[in-house]
Amino acid sequence: MPVVTEISQGGQKLTISIKGRFDFAKHQEFRESYENLQPKPESFEVNLKDATYLDSSALGMLLLLRDHAGGENAEITLTNANADVRKILAISNFEQIFDVA
Amino acid sequence: MQSPLESLTILIAEDSAADRMLLSSIVRRQGHEVLTAANGAEAVEAFRQQRPQLVLMDAMMPVMDGFEAAQQIKELAGETLVPIIFLTSLTESEALARCLEAGGDDFLAKPYNQVILAAKIKAMDRLRRLQATVLQQRDQIARHHHYLLNEQRVAKAVFDKVAHSGCLSAPNIRYLQSPYALFNGDLLLAAFTPAGDMHVLLGDFTGHGLPAAVGAMPLAEVFYGMTAKGYGLSEILREMNAKLKRILPVDMFCCATLLCLSFQRRSVEVWNGGMPDGYLHSIASGERTPLKARHLPLGVLSPQTFDDRTDVLPMSVDDRVFLLSDGVIDTCDANEQLFGVERLQQVFAANRQPDALFAEIEQALRDFRGEARDDVSMVEVSLLEAAQVSPPALVYSDSGQSSPLDWSVSFEFRAATLKRFNPLPYLLQLLLEVHGLRAQSGALYTVLAELYSNALEHGVLGLDSGLKRDATGFTRYYQLRNTRLDELRDGFVRVHLQVAPTGEGGCLTIRVEDSGKGFDVERVMQRPAAGVRLSGRGVGLIRQLSRNASWSDDGRSARVEFFWEAQA
Repeated sequence: MPVVTEISQGGQKLTISIKGRFDFAKHQEFRESYENLQPKPESFEVNLKDATYLDSSALGMLLLLRDHAGGENAEITLTNANADVRKILAISNFEQIFDVA
Repeated sequence: MQSPLESLTILIAEDSAADRMLLSSIVRRQGHEVLTAANGAEAVEAFRQQRPQLVLMDAMMPVMDGFEAAQQIKELAGETLVPIIFLTSLTESEALARCLEAGGDDFLAKPYNQVILAAKIKAMDRLRRLQATVLQQRDQIARHHHYLLNEQRVAKAVFDKVAHSGCLSAPNIRYLQSPYALFNGDLLLAAFTPAGDMHVLLGDFTGHGLPAAVGAMPLAEVFYGMTAKGYGLSEILREMNAKLKRILPVDMFCCATLLCLSFQRRSVEVWNGGMPDGYLHSIASGERTPLKARHLPLGVLSPQTFDDRTDVLPMSVDDRVFLLSDGVIDTCDANEQLFGVERLQQVFAANRQPDALFAEIEQALRDFRGEARDDVSMVEVSLLEAAQVSPPALVYSDSGQSSPLDWSVSFEFRAATLKRFNPLPYLLQLLLEVHGLRAQSGALYTVLAELYSNALEHGVLGLDSGLKRDATGFTRYYQLRNTRLDELRDGFVRVHLQVAPTGEGGCLTIRVEDSGKGFDVERVMQRPAAGVRLSGRGVGLIRQLSRNASWSDDGRSARVEFFWEAQA
């Protein structure tokens, strides 16, 4: 499974793990991973440990998640990104709106 | 779609009358229409006239055998699949193989087994319908594709009218872009400001195809509209960001680098949101200063949180700014390795002829990937002597008959306004209502801009232009400017404009006053009017471009005049 989700006890935090290339092919799965959760989690973690690459449509998907999670008040952490993925996050300056850990 | 129970028209080609009758009655009992032929030639003729959907063909027949007939029928059928099942008492594998080679799809050994015959007809019918569906879908896709290409042609033609209204053909710009870059989301725009500066934008929308192209239109309109009116990069960026934020879906945005190249001030102002590093190439030192992405792409942040801060770097004549799209560094080789920034820098390092750089990068990409790609955009803009650059004359749509000729107006811009408002576009629009001034709009704007920035930066903000003597100081100067502007509490810049008729023509007097400490007018005036220093160029420019420039009140008040003759 290229997109795996795990919800914390009590449902406050959702962790979404991405495997392989994070691009438009994962669009559907990524959206479905967070869209219909009741109650809505308070915080989100996107684990990029096994993500090999990230393209601009993936950045768009992260923006969709951010919008879903409350826009400027969203609590989203991007974790374990490899050097290539970090570079892309840095060029696009997504570090300014996402917590990159 | 045909229903699975639909009856077929089946041609039976068999020279033995008894066998023919037997087979006909079996096939009819299974619910199909039957045509018969007694040899190959009759079979071909029957097929030509009645187009049966399936053929049962005896291999050995007089006049024309089954193999020859099968070939001719297949030829007549063209792309449509007409299954041919050979009826044969042959048993050697070579003969059976020959049936298939001649175009047969299957064979059935004599004597006939009714159950197997029915099953084979059914299987062949499935195959036949599958082929028909594939053909139908292929044609549909081809139609859609044709339709899409046509739509793209039309969209591109409209867009080209908008995008190429700029100055991409100016002598100091070289660029490389696929003709359909628009549908890769790449966008390249360039235009002169009224002061003769040049604005350049290289943008990259998320995604491909029409969605990526849609945002380009409003972006281009903002870029050209605001550049022509004299707005600076910050204001244009704010407007673009707000507009894209409003119209694009959340997951779409536009990475962009915006440049303002000033030939007179010999500097470049840069804003990079999410694009790969651009490079400022100093020809004298050979050094390439990266122009890093310091901002989020356009269309991500709300207008309240958007950051329009730019960097200003000094340039010398012939220095170049090189920008590229991510197509270059994201090019993958067969093993999914990225071309990357390091390989790009190796190409830079190996470059001897600056003009060959594009070709060398393309060659490096081809060598790396094994083939060329069509979604790479590159642009290089060089700084020319101000005199070598000739901005096109502005085109006005009114006749000038209602031109106002005798008026004056005064403004006072106070601290809170100075922080975030650029009054120059408004002042220029106002002055260009005067028909006689239009011919000198470039000089007018430049002088107005210099007077205003002198009043603001040296007057109100108390910045020392001596700081700009070298490249480090140059950067420091613009950092200080931002900080002091942020902290500004008091101060003002006053602009007085007075237009009066003189004979057949007229005269404009501009006075700009500021709340600063003033300067030693006599000392500054002793400098030569046209130096090549990075600092103090403003005063020289003002004296060259306007008439009777003078300073009073210890430099706190500047006055210039513009004259025009009678209209032709």
